[in-house]
Amino acid sequence: MKKNLENKIEKILIKGNDAVVEAALRSGLNGFFGYPITPASEIIEGFAKAYYEDLERKKKGLKPKYPEFQVFLQMESEIASINAALGGAATGKRVLTASSSPGISLKQEGISYIAGCELPVAIIDVMRGGPGLGNIAPEQGDYFQTVKGGGHGDYRLITLAPNSVQELAEFTCEIFELADKYRNPAVLLYDGYLGQMKEGVIFPKVKAKNYDRSSWAADGNKKGREKHIITSIYIAPEDMEKHKLRLKRKYDLIEEKEVRFENYKSDDADIVIVAYGIVSRIAKDVVEKARKEGIKVGLLRPITLWPFPKKEISQIADNAKAILTVELNMLGQMNEDVLISANGKCPVEFYGRCGGVIPKEKEILEKILEINRKVK
Amino acid sequence: MSVKLIISGFGGQGVLLLGDIIAYSALKEGKNVTWVPSYGPESRGGTCNCQVICSEKSIGSPVVDEPDILIAFNLPSVDKFMKTVKKGGIMLYDSSLVKEKPKRDDIKIYGIPATEISDVANMVMLGAYIELTKNIKLETVVNLALPEKLKGGKEKFIPKNIKAIKKGIEYVLKNFNF
Repeated sequence: MKKNLENKIEKILIKGNDAVVEAALRSGLNGFFGYPITPASEIIEGFAKAYYEDLERKKKGLKPKYPEFQVFLQMESEIASINAALGGAATGKRVLTASSSPGISLKQEGISYIAGCELPVAIIDVMRGGPGLGNIAPEQGDYFQTVKGGGHGDYRLITLAPNSVQELAEFTCEIFELADKYRNPAVLLYDGYLGQMKEGVIFPKVKAKNYDRSSWAADGNKKGREKHIITSIYIAPEDMEKHKLRLKRKYDLIEEKEVRFENYKSDDADIVIVAYGIVSRIAKDVVEKARKEGIKVGLLRPITLWPFPKKEISQIADNAKAILTVELNMLGQMNEDVLISANGKCPVEFYGRCGGVIPKEKEILEKILEINRKVK
Repeated sequence: MSVKLIISGFGGQGVLLLGDIIAYSALKEGKNVTWVPSYGPESRGGTCNCQVICSEKSIGSPVVDEPDILIAFNLPSVDKFMKTVKKGGIMLYDSSLVKEKPKRDDIKIYGIPATEISDVANMVMLGAYIELTKNIKLETVVNLALPEKLKGGKEKFIPKNIKAIKKGIEYVLKNFNF
């Protein structure tokens, strides 16, 4: 009996934040720098556990489980953590830092420097309520600070938004790859709800690609090659402009190549919901319920928040009668991008709950019925 | 088939673990599951609940607004969640702590004196849950879930937990006619 059951399913029941840790370790992570904060604390706890268990193994003469994971540091603050990650990435190592909304605010200066230095740093933001200390309940209030760049200067962060624990595991591997591919900081953005939730996961079999960082990494100049200088300072305006135009070309390339989204029944839909993260799962159920009531509703879920699926939403605006954006914030942060993409071609409405209140299917369905009456 | 549960009680009554064991067992039996804890600064002594969904199909929203089944370990939980249970649903409550029998005509209500039966009251409730709903199998819990959840020095508590689960099953068989 026991054996039969085990053979049937090899899914692991795991908490979102723990899945991120496991996936990062399997992606060949070299260093983690962080400072604990609810609802992201399981991440730093998980790395601490993995790191010290491996130290014990080494002491006993056993092979470490994650030989590539060489540095774990709980820093004195979020600011120190992001700058340690900058330093780690500058040496050509795969590094990660994680925090929740107020902690990410503190990291913004460092993130701007990392973008300027073009370093592949992976960042995790488990969103909670704000502004200020706010609360520890789930919100999607960090769209602006991540997608629009919360630090100074104009730059872009690749941002992935998972909606299940399975995707948390998969996208953790992805942000490392994307950061390395483009030498650009990449963010995994999800709400506290996903971080705390447990689901069955099959971990992706990842083999970290061997990115050649030898042309730029400051990894000790033993052979007397040309010096590698990693900096974001370009004193002469012409040099600065040249540097920024190079960044712009990179951003254009990312916008061309890396847009990801999920289209659920929106091709024939009269009303299309645009939602990401946990809200997109509630929205999916609403799509089914609305269709049972005879209203053709679909869902467009942006998976990359930057690059944003502008083209797809523009196409939807051509065909649908209305768009409804649903978010866990009061301002309609992503809705601004939906409005830009729809470009006035169809009405765009917004429904948001905030402070940690999760919208019920019923509420969203009522909003859909209301829109349906208007556009009929 | 999809079953939505809310399990609620004081922090420390094993509410989260009970939900975790139900979710883990259902997963091992090939179902899709979600488990969401209430997380807050008020762990010990305060109220605490978790929402579990076990489904043959993939799960959309993991949010449980209207549970099919409520397992309530104290009066505040009965007060807060009984009204949300779906019509025709089931409520199990710890009748050693909730003295007055809760009333609602359109759901089935089962009082289990779990805390009197054993000091691992959550396991007594688990037994009652298994017997009343048949949603998970006893052998999955015994063979897979308990060894997974009680390890790293906690193995010695497994027999005690199994005993409490069986007492929960016995109580249901003795006291409720089907």
